[in-house]
Amino acid sequence: MAKGRQYFGDGLAYLNPSDLKGKLIVIEGTDGVGRSTHIELLQEWLEVQGYGVITTGWTRSSLMSRTIDTAKQGNILDHWSLSLLYATDFADRLEHQIIPALRSGFIVLADRYIYTAFARETVRSGDPTWIRDVFGFALVPDLVCYLRIDADTLALRVLESNGMNYWESGMDLRLGTDLYDSFKKYQTLMIEEFDKMAEEFKFEVVDARKSLEDIQEFLRAKIQPMLTSARSRGLARVPAPAGTTAPATEGS
Amino acid sequence: MTPPTPPLRTFGQPHSYPGKLIIVEGIDGSGKSTQLLLLQKWLESQGHNVFFTEWNSSDLVKETTKKGKKAKSLTPTTFSLLHATDFASRLYHSILPPLKAGMIVLADRYAYTAFARDAVRGVSRSWVRKLYSFAVQPDLAFYFKVPIDTAIARLLGGTRGQFKYYEAGMDMGISQDVTESFRIFQSRILAEYDKIVDEYGLTVMDATKEIEDQQDDMREVVTKALEHYKPKRGGYGKRATVFWRRFGVPKPERS
Repeated sequence: MAKGRQYFGDGLAYLNPSDLKGKLIVIEGTDGVGRSTHIELLQEWLEVQGYGVITTGWTRSSLMSRTIDTAKQGNILDHWSLSLLYATDFADRLEHQIIPALRSGFIVLADRYIYTAFARETVRSGDPTWIRDVFGFALVPDLVCYLRIDADTLALRVLESNGMNYWESGMDLRLGTDLYDSFKKYQTLMIEEFDKMAEEFKFEVVDARKSLEDIQEFLRAKIQPMLTSARSRGLARVPAPAGTTAPATEGS
Repeated sequence: MTPPTPPLRTFGQPHSYPGKLIIVEGIDGSGKSTQLLLLQKWLESQGHNVFFTEWNSSDLVKETTKKGKKAKSLTPTTFSLLHATDFASRLYHSILPPLKAGMIVLADRYAYTAFARDAVRGVSRSWVRKLYSFAVQPDLAFYFKVPIDTAIARLLGGTRGQFKYYEAGMDMGISQDVTESFRIFQSRILAEYDKIVDEYGLTVMDATKEIEDQQDDMREVVTKALEHYKPKRGGYGKRATVFWRRFGVPKPERS
């Protein structure tokens, strides 16, 4: 933790990241795995403890969100442009949202991070290098939790909620003849890619088929040790919200 | 399911497509666009099928760039990435298909524009080069070298009459005076271009010469580069007029 904040690659040459004292916590996982629910619960839990929290989500920048939606409506999007649109969205959020928040000491909860872009580009082009170079300006997070699921369970969950859409099914890749086949094949490739990255980037992996409470407990246990100031500030232990378990506290 | 074979780092090594890619670079007021237009006229008169594409013109990101510029929310990095997105989209839709089909593509500005501008705006030089590593290496790259005063005189005196906000680097807060800001910003870009010329071996043109003399030089270089090129044509011609001529029917209003 004493190492100080670092860029993933070449970095923003005009910005020194060393004074960014907040914490950057990432929740990764394929579509429909329950990330946003857990982020909501984590935010609540942290705010109750007195921490400033902001959340940031994939393709939610003010600059790009509409462009990306529009682009995805057509069927003319090539994989370079798609990846670069994601990168632009991410850069906009990084510089206007994430970095200012970290500088002010906030905890930033990121719903997806650069690894989502890595997986999507690599599945499409077979080349993991270029996309890592592109995102060289990203900050290395303090913690990445990966909600892992298998393609079969995922398919059931997605059908139960919003249904399968064109992009989440990787239909642009022509992997299957229909939405379901394509979804299964595409998400299997995505999960394989995430599994490789879990080792490469040392993700904390949790089985997303577990109960909401179990997953939330896991996430809190991983986050708790990072909140070093919590004990020194003598924060009151607040009972966890109903249906969740209080975080484990080590030592005294 | 096996993923497609990994693409090579294409930029920096000659491409293997049957077509030819010719690009021009230079600062605003260097006259590069005029020269490219004249080259296109000549190539077409020689019977070539020529495709033209220019920097920052794809529908995909044009609106967003405009919006970001208006809100002044663009950072050097998002500015750079938006242009790369535009480039990727044009490469995929406008440059690669005619090159693969064996036709000639002319590009007004190419990746080198990003290398020069983005570096001046403060992004990492190595990062922006990696960003464009998927670009196709041009067969010919002309750099129209011009002293800053000549460019300013041309822009003020003639074709345009004023400087564009971002072209003058007004977003960088160098100077409140547009002309002064343009001078400083574009001088830095000229210095970057000089390095890029060496790094990538661009063909330097003396952009202070008369228009027709420059064009003569350019055509000579292009003639040499096309020596072993076998033109490919579809047979329909590009214009609707060819079709109507054949059938002896008056051509439609809208073409």
